[in-house]
Amino acid sequence: MSTQTPDESETESESEGFSPGEKRRQVRDEAREAREEAEAAEESTPEGDTVPLKVFRYDPEIPEKQEPRFDEFRVPREPGMTVLDALMYARDHFDSSLTFRHSCRQAVCGSDALFINGSQRLGCQTQIQDLDNEPVRIEPLPHQDVVKDLVVDMEHFYEQMETVEPYFDPDETPEDELEEQFQTPENREHVKMSTRCIWCGACMSSCNIAAGDNKYLGPAAINKAYRFYMDEREGEQKQEERMEVIAENHGVWRCQTQFSCTNVCPKDIPLTEHIQELKREAVKDNLKFW
Amino acid sequence: MHEHDIIVVGAGGAGLRAAIAAHEAGADVAMVTKLHPVRSHTGAAEGGINAALREGDSWEDHAYDTVKGADYLADAPAAETLCQDSPADTIQLEHWGMPFSRDDDGRVSQRPFGGLSFPRTTYAGAETGHHLLHTMYEQVVKRGITVHDEWHVTDVAVTDEDDPSERSCHGVTAYDIRTGEVEGFLANDGVILATGGMGQVFDHTTNAVANTGDGVAMAYRAGVPMEDMEFIQFHPTTLPSTGVLISEGVRGEGGILYNSDGERLMFEYGYATNDGELASRDVVARAELTEVNEGRGFEDEYVMLDMRHLGEERIMDRLENILHLAEDFEGVDGLEEPMPVKPGQHYAMGGIEVNEHGETCIDGLYAAGECACVSVHGGNRLGGNALPELIVFGKRAGYHAAGRDLGEPKIKTGYGEDSEPGELDSPVELGEPGSAETAADGGTSTGDADPESVVERELETQRARVEELLETEDGVNHAEVRSAVQETMTENVNVFREEDGLKDALRDIRTARERYQDVSVSDTSRTYNTDLIHTMETRNILDIAEALTMGALAREEFRGAHWRAEHQERKDDEWLKHTMVSWNDGSPELWYRPVILEGESKTYEPKVRSY
Repeated sequence: MSTQTPDESETESESEGFSPGEKRRQVRDEAREAREEAEAAEESTPEGDTVPLKVFRYDPEIPEKQEPRFDEFRVPREPGMTVLDALMYARDHFDSSLTFRHSCRQAVCGSDALFINGSQRLGCQTQIQDLDNEPVRIEPLPHQDVVKDLVVDMEHFYEQMETVEPYFDPDETPEDELEEQFQTPENREHVKMSTRCIWCGACMSSCNIAAGDNKYLGPAAINKAYRFYMDEREGEQKQEERMEVIAENHGVWRCQTQFSCTNVCPKDIPLTEHIQELKREAVKDNLKFW
Repeated sequence: MHEHDIIVVGAGGAGLRAAIAAHEAGADVAMVTKLHPVRSHTGAAEGGINAALREGDSWEDHAYDTVKGADYLADAPAAETLCQDSPADTIQLEHWGMPFSRDDDGRVSQRPFGGLSFPRTTYAGAETGHHLLHTMYEQVVKRGITVHDEWHVTDVAVTDEDDPSERSCHGVTAYDIRTGEVEGFLANDGVILATGGMGQVFDHTTNAVANTGDGVAMAYRAGVPMEDMEFIQFHPTTLPSTGVLISEGVRGEGGILYNSDGERLMFEYGYATNDGELASRDVVARAELTEVNEGRGFEDEYVMLDMRHLGEERIMDRLENILHLAEDFEGVDGLEEPMPVKPGQHYAMGGIEVNEHGETCIDGLYAAGECACVSVHGGNRLGGNALPELIVFGKRAGYHAAGRDLGEPKIKTGYGEDSEPGELDSPVELGEPGSAETAADGGTSTGDADPESVVERELETQRARVEELLETEDGVNHAEVRSAVQETMTENVNVFREEDGLKDALRDIRTARERYQDVSVSDTSRTYNTDLIHTMETRNILDIAEALTMGALAREEFRGAHWRAEHQERKDDEWLKHTMVSWNDGSPELWYRPVILEGESKTYEPKVRSY
């Protein structure tokens, strides 16, 4: 392994007539080359500095993949590498049939919720260096049908979201197209966390109740209902309608406050608290009739 | 075959808004999108929506800022339409429940942004795009609009008259990612392309992996000219390792940029002695790279953006999302340390040539949002002007396609009397390899064919193409072709551009095109075959990269985001014109159309653009 740094006098004579910036760059480039050489030497050893991945594979129509299995990939370790980076590397260099959803790479599109080392996380938001165990075990989200490899069927999740009428529906809106509805900063703050949901499905997948009761609305849908129920711009009439959906048999009362949804939410939404708050509202709503 | 009045391709901000407008105007609308709508990249927009809502502000001032920011390459009717419609369209979002940040009196908050003469950027934290996207998708759900999600549109079905302006569009063909079936979608009244950005043409970009410019490439091959493709915005504050965007909101709130000598570079070196960090994006991006090139960068790569002095309370209130991004993607705590930033590809000012109603020169084919070029942004887009473009021109395209009368457009489309032919000194043959012999074409049938058979013919072509890609064995992998293009684009067609480098890029693109002739898909499954999707996308990347580089080589001046080493001046006598590239059945052709600077009641006189 060579860590030789360039001879100083040589560098100076070579870089005569260069600007200070060019000089600095040259020194750095040389240092970088030396570093890269050293790294290349290391990589050629049998172990190398690679991250081992164990990735779930399944394809309903390819004979050798019809029986689910795990494939192992070793990808070069980079500082700051995420699980998504590692998967993309494995796909682009080793097996282009490796299939997973991803798009924004910055935890806002919600495409790449995966089951990583036994918990629900976004691949793009999970740094390899923060994981305790290697090989990194990557599986599709539990409690959902697998379409192929790491891709699950999200239909049920979307259906539950739609059940709560996930749209703003005030009793009336201002007639003037330039007149805004007022909302206090406090009320906006109250609903703020609930508006951050990216529909990734991590919470639903982590929930024991949802796993056993297909009709349970689930944390994401209840949170969506909360987002509108708590928004002061929506009127009382709609609030009552929302409460009916929230408080029905497969609504908030199914939650057993295990906090698994809250623990896995990549946007830190206090889902369980929101569900509890709605339970209290449901009780209050019931008392109104007495 | 599916049949609807209007097909919207893409379900980000522009597509959703177009679908809502068309539905409101009484049309039967369906959206066809390769991602589920909430996965669209509009969700990553952070900063805000420019709208002249308050006393002391006016649409006229907003239009002036926009045309100046565009370095006088925006068409005045486009910029004025944007600024006139934005206030009501922004409040429309509020009426749909969008959770805007609020002032103490309960009104929506606005903040300063680069290049604006009034703090008119309306925002929802540093996650405005996320809220805009979700709010509009909620309204689509409310209206029961049909959404075919995870369907990749492979092409538009267009007739093949010699003159593109005589062609008509009757639908699209799409590949069902889940099952592998290709199906036809007949559109009785129009197809609206809203496929967003093309950032994947470059390798350091804030754009999503899905932003491969599919709609732009489809329209191009069908005969619609590409306009001002060389104008690419490089955002000055992206995280070095991933390209993740750090909102201009940080500078809007008072964040400062400094170099490795600890100097506040924007002021110290005279890049923008008045506006400093809040100068226009192109100005700040060049300043940062100049600092790095002159040896005053960190690790020879980036500069620092510091917001610590704003205090935890203000940061948590207005920029909390930035803390998460810096932590998750760069491992930096923005409350304790400055954040490393460098310029990254962010936005395409150019795109599919349309007028202010979203119409292309092909009858029944519309485009809106980032994929389109009206042109509002000209040589450089102002921060906070992309989101209003989505809602204003998405709405207008939706209304017009559904038959609403929006008046006579002031902007013309297609090669016309005011156009002039251009010439390009290209070192290599351009376009489709072998096109001279085969005359490959976006069109599929003669003009008098009935609409359904136009779609049928396209369907046959696309089915055959999918079969061919799946059946070819041991060919070239798309990832190799794609990364070759991305690398040469980032190397040669970046912030600083030189003639030799641009020619190198054209050579590299040619080589990549030839490699692509032998491309194959190794995954043979029909189920969720992303290998196949990425292979089809790569074709789109190739066509766009080439048209973009052609424009960059042709435009021998320095205007807005387009900087040329050999041409260090804006040349208004010669270059107050849009660069147009037509596919011309596989042999790309360059031409020009004059910019329109005559507004409703005044003419925008080009001035020196200083900040």
